[in-house]
Amino acid sequence: MKRSNRPIFWSLFGAGGMLSALVGPMLIFITGIAVPLGFLLPRDTMSYERVLAFAQNGFGKLAIFVVIGGFLFHGLHRIYHCLHEVGLPLGHGWMAVFHGLAALGTLVALYLLIVIG
Amino acid sequence: MNATNGKVIAIECLRYDPQTDDAPHYETYQVPFTDDMSVLQGLQYIKDHLDGSLTFRWSCRMAICGSCGGMVNGVPRLSCETFLRDFYPEGLRVEPLTHFPIQRDLAVDQTDFLVKLRSIKPYIIPEAPKPVTEGTFLQTPQQMDEYYQYSQCINCLLCYAACPQYGLDREFTGPGALALLHRYNADSRDAGKAERMELVNADEGVWGCTLVSYCSEVCPKSIDPARAVNQNKVESTKDYFLRFVAPRRNG
Repeated sequence: MKRSNRPIFWSLFGAGGMLSALVGPMLIFITGIAVPLGFLLPRDTMSYERVLAFAQNGFGKLAIFVVIGGFLFHGLHRIYHCLHEVGLPLGHGWMAVFHGLAALGTLVALYLLIVIG
Repeated sequence: MNATNGKVIAIECLRYDPQTDDAPHYETYQVPFTDDMSVLQGLQYIKDHLDGSLTFRWSCRMAICGSCGGMVNGVPRLSCETFLRDFYPEGLRVEPLTHFPIQRDLAVDQTDFLVKLRSIKPYIIPEAPKPVTEGTFLQTPQQMDEYYQYSQCINCLLCYAACPQYGLDREFTGPGALALLHRYNADSRDAGKAERMELVNADEGVWGCTLVSYCSEVCPKSIDPARAVNQNKVESTKDYFLRFVAPRRNG
């Protein structure tokens, strides 16, 4: 029997899932509710200057990179399998498209984090 | 048959004889029942009193043999531990286990599962043969906990009827056989893990599972096949990456 290459994508899916479960809800709360409404956090918490400084900091770069890459690999893997479960069985070709999109998004994030200085 | 207090329930059965019928159809039987009667007893009443040609499997009547599994109102259940009273007065529909070819009426062809069961080597493969004169294998309660729940499987196939992935792709080894594979791999007396990893590592092995977990919900023995399969995804992932740094035992 042929060894499956799923362990690679399942690891990324699992890591992204763990990350999204741990920080996802709070990220949505901070960026989507608390800051825009000025609720608990001042409204300039995410001003352009602050976010730019965060993206230019080494730790900030790493945080942005793993959040974007992890969430993408987790989400697209999950969507692929959900489509399979609701009766839209996509072949291995489509799996390459879904994981390719996640990889593309991750590489774009990496590129932008490098050029932002 | 005991006094039924006048209660009668409608049991709609799927009927199919591949030798004479073009397609399965349903027949409804009016069955007098008492509150202590199982769906299996309802089927037996039909066979004894209403239509002797109704075909279904059963043996122990107490959720041990795993023969009487079927779909009751679309849910995989053992008919011996499902009670008619719970479906009164609406009635119920009984069908053969889904995802398996129908042999006749409510009996399915289990060949695919039996082939898969054999493929997981469902027996202890000791490190070295141990003659009886050397005594028994010893095991701590903790070591036994590792596999005990999985050894309770009665091969009733409810988990296969519950598994959407098995329904979509019959190549998938499926929850029951994979849980039994784990039962042997997790046993401290067993040294056959390396032989079983080839199947675990394949798309047809644990990677066909997407953790829907309905298998664990329907299991009449409260086994958690989804957990067994996903523990083996971890094992397979370790096997995938560690083979580059550490040579595998037994080659």
